[in-house]
Amino acid sequence: MSWLDAPASATQITHGRRFWLYAVAALVLAFLIVPTLIVVPMSFSGAQYLEFPPRQWSLRWYSNFFASASWVQAAATSFKAATLTALVATPLGTMAAYGLAASRFRAARAVHVLLIMPMIVPVILIAVAVFYVYVKAKLNNSLAGLVLAHAMLAVPLVVIVVTSALKTFDANQEMVARSLGASRPRAFILVTLPQIRFAVVSAALLSFLTSFDEVILALFVSGGANSTLTRNMFMALRDQIDPTIAAISTMMIVVTSALFALTQVLGRARNA
Amino acid sequence: MATIAHPVISAASGTNARGLRRDQLRERIALLSLCAPALLLVLVTMLLPIAWLFSLSFTADDGSLSLVHYRRMLEQPSYASIFVMTFKVSLITTGICVAFGYPLAYVLSQLPRRAANLCLIAVMLPFWTSLLVRTYAWLVLLQRQGLINSWGIRLGLWDEPLALVNNLSGTLVGMVHIMLPFLVLPLLGTMRSIDHDYIKAAANLGASPTRAFWSVFFPLSLPGLFAGALIVFIICLGFYVTPAVLGGGKVIMVSNQIASDIELFFNWGAASSLGVLLLALTLAFLYIASRLTRLEHLVGEGSR
Repeated sequence: MSWLDAPASATQITHGRRFWLYAVAALVLAFLIVPTLIVVPMSFSGAQYLEFPPRQWSLRWYSNFFASASWVQAAATSFKAATLTALVATPLGTMAAYGLAASRFRAARAVHVLLIMPMIVPVILIAVAVFYVYVKAKLNNSLAGLVLAHAMLAVPLVVIVVTSALKTFDANQEMVARSLGASRPRAFILVTLPQIRFAVVSAALLSFLTSFDEVILALFVSGGANSTLTRNMFMALRDQIDPTIAAISTMMIVVTSALFALTQVLGRARNA
Repeated sequence: MATIAHPVISAASGTNARGLRRDQLRERIALLSLCAPALLLVLVTMLLPIAWLFSLSFTADDGSLSLVHYRRMLEQPSYASIFVMTFKVSLITTGICVAFGYPLAYVLSQLPRRAANLCLIAVMLPFWTSLLVRTYAWLVLLQRQGLINSWGIRLGLWDEPLALVNNLSGTLVGMVHIMLPFLVLPLLGTMRSIDHDYIKAAANLGASPTRAFWSVFFPLSLPGLFAGALIVFIICLGFYVTPAVLGGGKVIMVSNQIASDIELFFNWGAASSLGVLLLALTLAFLYIASRLTRLEHLVGEGSR
C-alpha cells in the first residue's frame, strides 16, 4: 500500500484523494515566503535593472548604499530612534503592566484599554494628529518627537507581553520578600524582575522592531536630517525602483529576523 | 510603605483594621500610579492630538462650530467612492484570505507538531520582515518587466505583459500577503483544539469524509474563522502603505485620502472629518467583533 492510499485522518480519507489540499497549502506557503526570499539574491545582482536569477553577481548596490550619505544617515536615524524607543517604552510599559497587575483595582481594566488604544486606532489618524500637534510644538523633524510617537506605539506591546508574564508569576513570592523586610521596589527588583526578565527583553526587542519598521508616523513627523530609513525607502518607491532598495531590504531582513529569532528563543527558554 | 498588606486585615478588627485598610488602599493607589508615565505618554502623543483633530473636524474655515466638513462628505460623490473602495478592498482581501488561509490552516492542524511548526515559520516570516520590504518585493515581482510577467511570457502562458501592479490586483496581492498570518494563526489555534473523537464518531456513524468535514469539523472551526476574518477586515480598513505603493494612484482608500488631504492640500477639515469617520468605523466593527468572539483572540498575536 503506497502513501497515497493510506488513510490520512480519522475520516479514512486517503492522502491521494485529498492531494489537491496539500497542493493548495504548499502554494499558499510559497506565496508567503517567495517575496521575502527573492529580494535577497536580487540585491546581489550586477545589472542596472532587477532581474532574477541575476546574470552576474556583485555588491554594487551595497556599496551604493554605503557611499550615499543620505542613506547612511537615514539608517543611523532609524537605529537611534529604535534604540531610544525601546529604552523609553520598555520601562514605561513594564511599570504600567506591574501597576495594573498588582493594584487589583476594577478601574485598572479601563486603564488597560487606554494603554492598548494605540494598537487599535488606525495609524494614519495618529500620524496626522501627531503631525498637527508637533507643528505647533515645534517637534516636527526632531528625533525626540519621533521617539515619543514610536514609544507610544510600542507601549501596548510591552504592556501585553509583560502582563502575560506576570499572570504566570506567583505574586506571593514578592509578599515573602516584603515580609522579610524588603521594600516594594527592592522586592520587585530582586524577586519579580528576574523571573519576568525574558518577557521584558522580548518586549524591548519588539519595541525596537516597532520603531525600526514603522512607516506612516515616520512619513509625517520625521524629515530633514532626521529622516528614517523607512521614510526614505517609501519616497524612493514612489519615484522609481532603485535596486539599492533591494540591498537595504536584505539588510533589514537580516536585522529584523535576527531580533525576532532572539525573541522566539527567549520565549522558548521561558517556557522550558 | 512598610505595611504588610491583606493577609492580616481579615483577622484584625476595629480601628486597627480601618487603619490597615486605609494603608492598603493607599498602597494600591500608589501601585496604580505606576501606570501614570505610560498613560501620560499615550495621552499627550495620541489622545489629546486626536481630540484636537476631532474638534477641527467640527470647525468651519471661519472658526465657527459647524458640520460643513461632514456635509461635504455626504454631498460629494468622490467621498462616497473612497468609502466604497475601502470596503471593497477590505472585503475582497478578507475573502481571499479565508479562501487561501482555511486550507493552509487545515493542513497545518493535521500535520505532526514538528512539521507544522516548521511550516509555521513560513507563516510567521512575513510577520518579521518589514512591511515596506514585502511591498517592494511585490512591486519587483509584479511590474511589467517583472519576474512574473517575464516568466509567464517565456513559458508561453500569455503574450503581452499583464498589468499586475499599479492597480487593484497589485494592491490585493500585497494586502493578502500581509493579512494571511492574521487569519491563519487564530484559525489554527481553534482547529488544534477540536477534539478528533468527534470526527472519528462521525466516520464511525457512516459519514463520508466530505460529510464529516462539513457537518462536524467545519462548524467547530467557525469561531476561529470568524475571529481571524474580523481582525483581517478591521486592519484592512486602515491600510495606507500597500495601496499607496502598489495601487499606482488608482486605489484610494480612506487612509490615502487623509494623507493626500494633508500633504497636498493642507485641508485639515477634510482630513480630520475623514479620520473621525474611519476611527468610528474601526471602533464599531471592533465592538461587533467583541460581541461575536473573545477580544483576546483578536489582539493576541503581535499585530503591527
